[in-house]
Amino acid sequence: MTVLQIILLLFLLICAISVSITKDLLNAILIYMSFSLIMSIIWVTLESPDLAITEAAVGAGVTSVLFFVTLKKIHAINIEKGTKELADTDINTEEVDGLDEQA
Amino acid sequence: MSRRKTDEEYSRTKAYRFFKWFRGEKDYTPAETKMDMSLLIPMEDMSTTVERMQDKQIAKERAYDEKSNKLLIFFNRLYRVVAVLFCVIFGALLIYNVSYLPAVGAVERPTNNEVPERYIEKGLEETGAVNIVTGMILDYRAFDTFGESNVLFVATITVLILLHINKDKSRLSPVLSEDDPGDSDSLYEPGDDMVLQTVAKFLVPIIMIFGIYVILNGHLSPGGGFSGGAVIGAGLILYVNAFGFEKTEEFFTEKTYKWISFCALTTYCLCKAYSFFCGANHLNSHIPLGTPGAILSSGLILILNICVGLVVACTMYTFYVMFRKGDF
Repeated sequence: MTVLQIILLLFLLICAISVSITKDLLNAILIYMSFSLIMSIIWVTLESPDLAITEAAVGAGVTSVLFFVTLKKIHAINIEKGTKELADTDINTEEVDGLDEQA
Repeated sequence: MSRRKTDEEYSRTKAYRFFKWFRGEKDYTPAETKMDMSLLIPMEDMSTTVERMQDKQIAKERAYDEKSNKLLIFFNRLYRVVAVLFCVIFGALLIYNVSYLPAVGAVERPTNNEVPERYIEKGLEETGAVNIVTGMILDYRAFDTFGESNVLFVATITVLILLHINKDKSRLSPVLSEDDPGDSDSLYEPGDDMVLQTVAKFLVPIIMIFGIYVILNGHLSPGGGFSGGAVIGAGLILYVNAFGFEKTEEFFTEKTYKWISFCALTTYCLCKAYSFFCGANHLNSHIPLGTPGAILSSGLILILNICVGLVVACTMYTFYVMFRKGDF
């Protein structure tokens, strides 16, 4: 096993552990993307470039993009400023309503 | 000939009562006791209900208050310790078991039997594909790949059913209403982002050509239908993000998706059905394998690769569009 593979595997371990530790969902997806990228380089070093192409396209590309879209749909991240203000006001009014009901 | 029971006799049997219960006429109890279905407790008025709810809320808050409930603190700490311990022990067990497996590529591995031997020795001769992996998945095991392509198609159809938003009935569905435009992403199209558009202008053609290369050279070089299709799908998604849905709707709509998938799957099915009936048992398939290494070689594998690639690329793009807009 070469030095490069050991370093990549170490990165893989760090990514895998830090995904479970992060509390921000957006960061978790970004770490997941980097995990897939490192995995695709490892596939190349293991002499299976077809798997590397698939891993890079599906793991780092399409799956993460689908996660992003889902997060945006449930208002977990706010990319555009307009939506951010709108979502903030939504949450505030809901909280006020809930407090009123409790009281 | 069986004897027909009279109505009186029949009304005493269990089957009569079961079917009567099944039609909803009377409660069926095996012990022949009548069940009183009227309310035992009279309806309480709203004020007591509210009182009860508030009591419940207060009790709940006291139960989950860490200051007063010492047991809860103990439980929370124990939970964390046990969770970490469980993970460590489970991981150690798995690694311990892995150490008993034979080394990768060792001779005594159970995967080293006559099947891969045959693939490696006769694969090029029988399928004509230089890339043994493609020869395996699109010739020896083409039926599996057909099933996988169909799974992708069924998944997309399911997503279409689940996430499709009917524009005419938008008032009925709570997801897309005009008061709350936050859920409808078509109103939040990305503006003309200079950086993204310039990068996409350079990258998208390269990604597309790379995907097409991977598909067309599937029987010669690493890759194949699935990898190339995924690359093309990712390129399409990048294009949509940069230039918006209006540009892609000019050439890719729901109808396009359905026709491409239908045609690709049907072509695959017909090609493979032909070579399942001909090509064995002394029937000649009449499909030339060509010289190994040429682009037009290895029989049907090139056509099958194109079919799989089309299905995968369309599936990727359709998934994204359905998640994003719920509509084409």
